[in-house]
Amino acid sequence: MNYLEHIGKYFIMLKQVFRKPQKWSVFREMLFREIEDLGLKSLGIITFISFFVGGVVAIQTALNVDSPFIPKYLIGFATKRSVILEFAPTFMCVILAGKVGSYISSSIGTMRVTEQIDALEVMGINSLNYLVLPKIMATMFFYPLLILLAMFLGIYGGYVAGTLTGLFYSEDYIYGVQLDFKPYFISYALTKTLVFAFVIATIPAYHGYYVKGGSLEVGRASTQAVVWTSVVIILLNYFLTQMLLG
Amino acid sequence: MIEVKDLYKEFNGTPVLKGISTTFEKGKTNMIIGQSGSGKTVFLKCLVGLHVPDNGIISFDGRKHTELSIKQHRKLRQEIGMVFQGGALYDSLTVEENIMFPLKMFKDQSNSEMLDRVNFVLKRVNLTDCNKKFPAEISGGMQKRVAIARAIVMNPKYLFCDEPNSGLDPNTATVIDNLIQEITQEYQIITVINSHDMNSVMEIGEKIVFLKNGVKAWEGSNKEIFKTENEAIVNFVYSSNLFRKVREAYLNEIK
Repeated sequence: MNYLEHIGKYFIMLKQVFRKPQKWSVFREMLFREIEDLGLKSLGIITFISFFVGGVVAIQTALNVDSPFIPKYLIGFATKRSVILEFAPTFMCVILAGKVGSYISSSIGTMRVTEQIDALEVMGINSLNYLVLPKIMATMFFYPLLILLAMFLGIYGGYVAGTLTGLFYSEDYIYGVQLDFKPYFISYALTKTLVFAFVIATIPAYHGYYVKGGSLEVGRASTQAVVWTSVVIILLNYFLTQMLLG
Repeated sequence: MIEVKDLYKEFNGTPVLKGISTTFEKGKTNMIIGQSGSGKTVFLKCLVGLHVPDNGIISFDGRKHTELSIKQHRKLRQEIGMVFQGGALYDSLTVEENIMFPLKMFKDQSNSEMLDRVNFVLKRVNLTDCNKKFPAEISGGMQKRVAIARAIVMNPKYLFCDEPNSGLDPNTATVIDNLIQEITQEYQIITVINSHDMNSVMEIGEKIVFLKNGVKAWEGSNKEIFKTENEAIVNFVYSSNLFRKVREAYLNEIK
């Protein structure tokens, strides 16, 4: 199957996904379950990575800014900008694409090969709507919150790293963080996160839903899902940055 | 009654079903048999609507599948219960939740009413004390029974079973066969079973449709299967020594 065929099939899938849920109470139940599975269970890894990435960015910047003509508060400023603009929304979403993407494609793929999706269809349930819509809603609702947390932890991680290593003064760092704060950058990061959240929920769902064969194919679909989700996130990141900041 | 006329289905230019016509009656256990690759599963999937036939008509009590609106299709699907080969139970749901699932989706009942119904069908399939267990925590035979319970919880008019005995020991297989037959007669539903298991065919096959290379090669009852001279079905059913001897003994008894 060529790429164009896959893209067409993906959009046909989305048409089935965006239908009115057959029963709102069941949809609500599924939504809460997905928020827990796709969102809350990712809190640990996001907290851990964003804290240390923020720390590393601050240390790297401090080590590279050794000229006496460059003020030290630029370390806080650069860390803030890097974390808000790229590390929190893009890097964390690539991490989530790996963690959540493989989970989505393997769980839906397993449902496909064990005929659980057929069972839904026989009952007269729109399986795509039932399985995928709550995932999209859950990721689009929860990931912006997760990324806001990652931003905070990243900047805080930089602060902790600086004070522990003694590479810069905490006052300089805080001044740099507060310097030239642009709320639009938060909106930009959250807009990107919303788009990436949609991609993280739908591309793995597509790979899982249309899997054919057995466990080996589910594994392959899972790998492909992660690869393609990451590729699409990186490409969209480029275009969104051009559109929103260019 | 389910009427099938000139059913035709192909995949990528390869015909799998080549003009099958037959009928399945109420209160009877109808069986589709045939070798692997003969088109049994495709036939069953066409009947339940998982495959769309390329040609031909499937009529459910006069309702032709080609003439139904989306809403009518959905309603028809709610009258269908299906037991899948592997059970197809939802791993993340308990036994109780699995059976309650169709009720939650389609009925406006209170939780206690739904629970009553779940307990009733669980009792009907002789399963108790496993309501809160997950599918992975129960045996294969129990999973099949849960699948049957889920299939009948909505009071279906049509019950389809895809190899309900596969992977079960002979005793459990007989229990499942008898259960399906009892339910069919008790609720006067139309049951269609796709099976490889010749024991089941002989035990409960009130109407048997034998497929060979996508064509209906023979149809009749489990009694007629002993007397038939049709070469295709004789070669298929009596390929084992045991069944050949059973047939000889039966024919000698008649003489």
